[in-house]
Amino acid sequence: MLGQVFTKPQKGRFFYGSLMREIDQVGIKSLGIIAFISFFIGGVIALQTALNLENPLLPDTLIGFATKRSIILEFAPTFCSIILAGKVGSYITSSIGTMRVTEQIDALEVMGINSLNHLVLPKILAAIFFYPFLIALAMFLGILGGWVAGVLSGLFIGTEYIQGIQMNFKPFLLVYAIIKTIVFAFIITTVPSYHGYYVKGGSIAVGKASTSSVVWTIVLIVVTNYFLTQMLLT
Amino acid sequence: MIEVEGLHKGFNGVEVLKGITTSFHPGKTSLIIGQSGSGKTVFLKSLIGLHTPEKGTISFDGRKSTEFTDDERRQWRREIGMVFQGSALFDSQTVEENVMFPLKMFTNKPMEEMLDRVNSVLNRVNLENSNTKLPAELSGGMQKRVAIARAIVMNPKYLFCDEPNSGLDPKTAIVIDNLIKEITEEYKITTVINTHDMNSVMEIGEKIVFLEFGKKAWEGTKDDIFKTDNEAVVNFVYSSNLFKKIRVAQNKESN
Repeated sequence: MLGQVFTKPQKGRFFYGSLMREIDQVGIKSLGIIAFISFFIGGVIALQTALNLENPLLPDTLIGFATKRSIILEFAPTFCSIILAGKVGSYITSSIGTMRVTEQIDALEVMGINSLNHLVLPKILAAIFFYPFLIALAMFLGILGGWVAGVLSGLFIGTEYIQGIQMNFKPFLLVYAIIKTIVFAFIITTVPSYHGYYVKGGSIAVGKASTSSVVWTIVLIVVTNYFLTQMLLT
Repeated sequence: MIEVEGLHKGFNGVEVLKGITTSFHPGKTSLIIGQSGSGKTVFLKSLIGLHTPEKGTISFDGRKSTEFTDDERRQWRREIGMVFQGSALFDSQTVEENVMFPLKMFTNKPMEEMLDRVNSVLNRVNLENSNTKLPAELSGGMQKRVAIARAIVMNPKYLFCDEPNSGLDPKTAIVIDNLIKEITEEYKITTVINTHDMNSVMEIGEKIVFLEFGKKAWEGTKDDIFKTDNEAVVNFVYSSNLFKKIRVAQNKESN
């Protein structure tokens, strides 16, 4: 499948149009949910950390530090990808699967169009290009959410939280998060595309394929996350 | 002209097409008929290259499709128009975008020229003022007409239709049948239609190929089909009460 996906598009201008549409579908339309979840989860992480730091010897800067690390290392790249696997994965499988069962893919093939390249490559490139920005936004909003939660609850002081964020800053951790995001973006687009493209049957089959594609995408993300962490951080 | 010689095709060890030999001529509407499961769709999909035959040859004006190079195959694909059973319109695109799609993909014509061509074929299928509608906003008959417009927009040499009037009321079905016949004659296209609709046979069947259990059981014209003694054809044609009554009436007249 991938061999046919990664070929030169038949018409550059047409491909550019498809790419822009997919950036909108798989990227921009996911901004809202990612922003909303990141902000509140950031708040929850900060509150949980503050509530569990009972030892008075531990400085409050640790709350900002722990929140930052949790969000950059795991929440933003991994859990946002799992959320995207649900939202974008089901969209990809159902849209391609519906095209398969309604013979739209056959129509493309009859016209002499490489349907895998035409349908799947723009999705992969859109996700790989756009998700790092999406995850960067999730990091920013998550950390901001932690600060807002602290200020509103009075559990810690805002300036100490900001000091904690600045503590022991390692740029490689951002690189690690971006590498994970790019790998997950590839998984989020290819696994559902595969399930949609090779679906057989009718609407029920498309529904089943959507479910199994989301499950398999999440499983792959979790397993890949483990191996990438081991490879890049140990 | 399309010539089919000894075509075999199977799936998972089950032979679906068992050595079909026939030919289809330009400017004529040829119909493939037969019961469900007789191999009509597999035959049509083999003709358009969606299935690769296991044995046999398909020649398009002397060019064997099994021997095409990649470039020849790409060129040949642009000579084909296909109307699918469910229309297979791209549901995220408007009528205009659907019809313009092959032009955008395969030509470098300026937008105005492409638009002129799109409007011309939409007029030809009697679909004016529907350019901005989505397929979901159209009736079944209108969707079929858009599919026909998309199939002929590149001036194809060969037109294939899979059950073009399934799901349509009898009046609309006749309109679609006649439209295909007119276009076939007008542009001298080699048209092959898959159907099990006897009304289509009577309206436009200039050549009829009857398939049974993956074999060609009979071929002839729409006039021959009512005279043949071929048992399989007789059983198929007179399975409808209407045609049974016609036959009884014909027999009474001849007696």
